[in-house]
Amino acid sequence: MVVVGAGMIGAACADTLARSGRRVALVDRGPVVGGTTGAGEGNLLVSDKTPGPELELALESLLLWRQLADELGAEALEYEPKGGLVVASEPQALGALRALAGRQRRVGVRAETVAAGALREWERHLAPGLAGGVYYPQDAQVQPALAAAALLRRARAAGRVELLAGVTVTGLAQGRVDTDTRGTLHCGAVVNAAGTWGGEIAALAGAALPVLPRRGFVLVTEPLPPLVRHKVYAADYVADVASGSADLQSSAVVEGTAAGPVLIGASRERVGFDRSLSVPVLARLAAQAAELFPALRAARVLRAYRGFRPYLPDHLPAIGPDPERPWLLHACGHEGAGIGLAPATARLVTQLLDGEQPFMDPTAFGPGRFGKEQP
Amino acid sequence: MRRTPLRLVGARPEPGFEFSFDGEPVAALPGQTLAAALWQAGRLAWRRTRVGDRPRGAFCGMGACYDCLIELDGVPNVRACLAPARPGALVRTQRGDGHDELR
Repeated sequence: MVVVGAGMIGAACADTLARSGRRVALVDRGPVVGGTTGAGEGNLLVSDKTPGPELELALESLLLWRQLADELGAEALEYEPKGGLVVASEPQALGALRALAGRQRRVGVRAETVAAGALREWERHLAPGLAGGVYYPQDAQVQPALAAAALLRRARAAGRVELLAGVTVTGLAQGRVDTDTRGTLHCGAVVNAAGTWGGEIAALAGAALPVLPRRGFVLVTEPLPPLVRHKVYAADYVADVASGSADLQSSAVVEGTAAGPVLIGASRERVGFDRSLSVPVLARLAAQAAELFPALRAARVLRAYRGFRPYLPDHLPAIGPDPERPWLLHACGHEGAGIGLAPATARLVTQLLDGEQPFMDPTAFGPGRFGKEQP
Repeated sequence: MRRTPLRLVGARPEPGFEFSFDGEPVAALPGQTLAAALWQAGRLAWRRTRVGDRPRGAFCGMGACYDCLIELDGVPNVRACLAPARPGALVRTQRGDGHDELR
């Protein structure tokens, strides 16, 4: 097997495939977690997903993450089952949030209504005057680079996974993967876990997969006393995630870290692979976070980082065999949810390869659903 | 003759001054950073870590690592390697994250 892409999805696939008895070469043109995995917050969320296939995948994935934390040690992943608190500033937004929570509950999401007056029992520093919120105890967090590295370490220790970092794939065909410095790798199947660059890998095989980058910034504050206990975000975030617009969307997503800094997201823009720093976006993120947590006005921002979410037009990942190339399995396009969805994605890929009955119906993730259009 | 940065560049600085560090006077020259003046005075540490209360001072010396944080005129988390020394400044050892008001 060859897995292309040493991010979270590739690491999870390599681990699961190796545990199913396969030998795996994991190839990445850069270092481990050099792409989107290294530029995210490590969200494991059910709260931001509407009922449907992605939520079904997320629920399974969160169970698998809990299992991984047991097997590898919560500290090794910085796994924190901290729960998510979604807050609404206006009654209308609160109504929509509670309606969503009601629909989520019917498919197995745990969601507890939090009255306006009780919000500050959950988060002491929240701004006064918010309309109310919903608490999601299943939401959790990992440090994505550590988590991917821990999975890879286990996979390699089993002796069946070879990591080829800094090796670029130059050609793909049935039974073979051509590389720039390691010659041709002969294999039975290929997993495309190249994330935001998954479309380029597909194109090497003559396939079309319209993955586009959706840029996001994260602000990092100076270390602070424990100020934010859960993952806290504004209800507008759910609408931003689902939006198809290329324009800038931003809504406050705020969380503390074990080391002290507070992380502030989340912006979404379709600007290609433009890495330049956008001060207006950073200012907007900071202002929105300070609206939720006025105490943050006193905090300084040390730095900002950015990354590119792998965006597919219907916001669902591509998981499964290419419609015309059964030897090529796609596992990319998870947008901003790839860390959370990685273990269940790896499970689905392995089950599809094994010809087993998959734990869920993968039709909605079928890579052929976009037709033959070029991105 | 002892080599000093001033000698190496043939500097003729303006008259020096003093600021206060934890109540003690420290000599400085115009344009010197707090870190440079403290080093010259033989002080290498001016912060205690959040975890473990260990001593810290200048590490990168160029504003990137945030190890040299210090309290300047009541403001915590100032980078000593970037902040210029000023006459009469009240400089103190920084303890922890400097944000006790948020506790």
